[in-house]
Amino acid sequence: MRWGVLQFPGSCDERDALRACELAGGEARLVWHETRDLDDVDAVVVPGGFSYGDYLRAGAIARFSPAMEAVAEFAAAGGPVLGICNGFQVLCEAGLLPGALLVNEGMRFVCRQVELEVAAFSPPGGGQSSNIAGETLSIPAKHGEGRYWAPDETLDALEASGQVAFRYAPGQNPNGSAREIAGVRNAAGNVLGLMPHPEHAVDEMTGSTDGLRVFESVAGVLA
Amino acid sequence: MASRHRELGLTDSEYELICQKLGREPNGVELAMFSLLWSEHCAYKHSRKLLRRLPTEGERVVMGPGENAGAVDVGGGHAVAFKVESHNHPSAVEPFEGAATGVGGILRDVFALGARPIAILDSLRFGELDSLRSRHLLDGAVRGIGHYGNSIGVPTVGGEICFEAPYEHNCLVNAMCVGLAKRDEMVRAAAAGVGNAIVLMGASTGRDGIGGASVLASAELGEGDAAKRPTVQIGDPFEESKLLECCLELLGRGLLVSLQDLGAAGLTSSASEMASAGGVGVDIDVARVPLREADMEPFEIMVSESQERMLAVVEPAKVAEVVAVCEKWQTGAAEIGAVAEHGLVRVLRGADVVGEMPVEALVDGCPLYDLEPEAPEGWVYGNRATLGAGAGAAETLLALLATPSVASKRWAFEQYDSIVGSRTARRPESADAAVLAIPEAETAIAVSIDGNGRRVACDPYAGTVEAVLECAQNLACAGAEPLGLTNCLNFGNPEKPTPAWQLDRSVQGLADACEALGVPVVGGNVSLYNEGPEGPIYPTPVVGMVGELPRADAAAPSAFAAAGDAICLLGPFEPTLEGSELAKRRGELGPGLPQPDVAAVAAACAAVRDAARAGALASAHDVSDGGLACALAECAIGAGLGCRVDLQHLRERGCTPEEALFGEGAGGFVLSGERARLEALASDGVAVLYLGQVGGEEIEIAAGDRSLSLPLADAEAAWRSLGERL
Repeated sequence: MRWGVLQFPGSCDERDALRACELAGGEARLVWHETRDLDDVDAVVVPGGFSYGDYLRAGAIARFSPAMEAVAEFAAAGGPVLGICNGFQVLCEAGLLPGALLVNEGMRFVCRQVELEVAAFSPPGGGQSSNIAGETLSIPAKHGEGRYWAPDETLDALEASGQVAFRYAPGQNPNGSAREIAGVRNAAGNVLGLMPHPEHAVDEMTGSTDGLRVFESVAGVLA
Repeated sequence: MASRHRELGLTDSEYELICQKLGREPNGVELAMFSLLWSEHCAYKHSRKLLRRLPTEGERVVMGPGENAGAVDVGGGHAVAFKVESHNHPSAVEPFEGAATGVGGILRDVFALGARPIAILDSLRFGELDSLRSRHLLDGAVRGIGHYGNSIGVPTVGGEICFEAPYEHNCLVNAMCVGLAKRDEMVRAAAAGVGNAIVLMGASTGRDGIGGASVLASAELGEGDAAKRPTVQIGDPFEESKLLECCLELLGRGLLVSLQDLGAAGLTSSASEMASAGGVGVDIDVARVPLREADMEPFEIMVSESQERMLAVVEPAKVAEVVAVCEKWQTGAAEIGAVAEHGLVRVLRGADVVGEMPVEALVDGCPLYDLEPEAPEGWVYGNRATLGAGAGAAETLLALLATPSVASKRWAFEQYDSIVGSRTARRPESADAAVLAIPEAETAIAVSIDGNGRRVACDPYAGTVEAVLECAQNLACAGAEPLGLTNCLNFGNPEKPTPAWQLDRSVQGLADACEALGVPVVGGNVSLYNEGPEGPIYPTPVVGMVGELPRADAAAPSAFAAAGDAICLLGPFEPTLEGSELAKRRGELGPGLPQPDVAAVAAACAAVRDAARAGALASAHDVSDGGLACALAECAIGAGLGCRVDLQHLRERGCTPEEALFGEGAGGFVLSGERARLEALASDGVAVLYLGQVGGEEIEIAAGDRSLSLPLADAEAAWRSLGERL
């Protein structure tokens, strides 16, 4: 299993993602934003941070990078893609996921452990064994622009088609996201984005290890 | 020219001395450069003699004062670099950018050594929160720190925030950074190698911050501060993140001879200091500096404080490769000069020499002044009663827990990313010190930043010793042994007798405490002239310490762990109300503080540290603001578990019920765990008093006629009320 973690100028959590991928199983390497080289990669992670300083809008510039062009092709071919926080923002800007992430309701950056409910969820490329539907995961969130939004008709459609992947548990929504949505997937099910950071929940020393479930699920492998 | 030097902050005799050293009058460029390097902020002319008292040596010291930051050896071929610096005056004028660029500046000091920044901590002080101005400054500073630290991906893992009237017009923003380096990849600042190129990297140079060091940091604030706004620097953390990666790659590949960050006084100070450290001269051509505004004058280019820039010395054969690495990271690179033999700082514009000064005159030629200290008569800071004399014990405890200086700072630290980098084993408020894993060296470090102003005002010597002890106590709770200390000394106008006396006594306290604990001072910063029309700030030494612990999990949490656990008080704690939060709330502050027993506190720290490492402690929390009752309440609130304790044994040391509950002083640790294991920590030099048990939903403290009982939920509501005041 080989993971490719994108790296943009301003990415912050890419090394954390590399480590999490390896803990989940397999090897991981960085994919420099100027390259299109995903040939040896089985799954892609678009990591958290402040790519391009969040200039213009969070993720607005990174989505034009050569690496993201390669990711779009990779996703179109059914390859699994996981976008975390800024990565989720990049995937929305690139049109690979529906909706948008807006400024937090409280107008401030929030760093807080949150409980996530995993919604009905068939993992990309995998079978039932990596289905984490119905689980509750303790994962840290840290962002200033994480309020998920889409027009009501879009939200209705996402819910109907099972594309809402994660919701904040009652009372846990840190940013005012519509319908408590913390993460969504595309219609084909192979592209997943979420605002909280599963790569920061993989080691008991630093907190919960629930984040590993997300990586394992994307890899289609259960530890 | 006759009075131009005065406008730039130089005295007449300083000006004459400059003329003597040059053998002529300085021209405009030279005068601007001297005015900055000879300012208090850069030259430390009123403090340098005092700082010579500080112990700076130790087995584990890798870099000491004089380098961009200090560093200590943590084994496995690695060193931890750290330093604290102030950005007080800019933050008082523009808190968001002032605090943000304070963080940016201290990050650069650390990565200038070749250390990757791994943590930020901040010590902030403002006026009372009933002032709109103070709420504005707090909000701006917290947002600025969050903006810079979060964007660049360095976790903000700890800090303190305090509110006192004397800081109303002079807030304090002290930013500390900790970094990790491989010892053989570290670099010093000294320029070397005549003929080597001088390369300026990072952002382009504009007009921001011009005169910041002399205009802002070396003079009192007063009316017309809005006009000083252009002197506040503007930061760009994205620019710095690219510069940081670029510098670390350059150093990792051995492409740089030396590296220096550009901070106060910009190119002037960094070029001159690099030259001075290396015993060489430098030629700088301002025409080759990438500019943000086309029509800048040479003096502007030399004194600009534009952020996110670094200066490197590079062997000529390697310049092309250096430029290539900078281009890869999309950050600027320009060869702007060369190392020379002539011992001068020579400023050129193309072929023309526009300024020429001996390095020695610029960097070491500034006169150093002796202070004229004089102890004040009585208490000079005023008093304001905000808690009625008739308040009962429970009401008093609730009032203290709700006091902004004591209350939970969660409102602030939730605005900071405290976990990026995956090293944070103890997040803010979960232990008395931040704990970071260093798997590269198979070790862990604990870091704390602690200052005190009010108690130092009561007795600058004892109060400063206490500040050092408090930091050591916090590290002990985390199972850590101190390796080194950095300090920021925030004081008033040193030319006035009371601040001069405070500074003198405080530095002596700092020196004596460090000597007694065996902790070297590896670097620091002095910020003077923190004074406004209403007088000086509280004398405020801020201490940052880094300690090592064998494993991240050797750090005890602060909060109680389980119902049924015993609660004990360890240490030579002998509380009094002098200088306490309660005395402040009652309007009863005055001079005087008990002298701490450093040896006894050190022994207590060792006992707690060893116990934490041995896993004998379910929790450990040092007693500080608000006294023992507040410490117990904090342990209970964090656990969601009440407690029932009796302070009789403590009262037998000779304190009244009220002193036992709310008195303050060094040497108190609240521990919880198995009773027999805790009591076994006692020895000849270390006392352990059994207090009671964890459990229930009330905080019950028996203390003679001041006994109290209150619901845990009420205590929590009070302690978490900071956000409601903003």
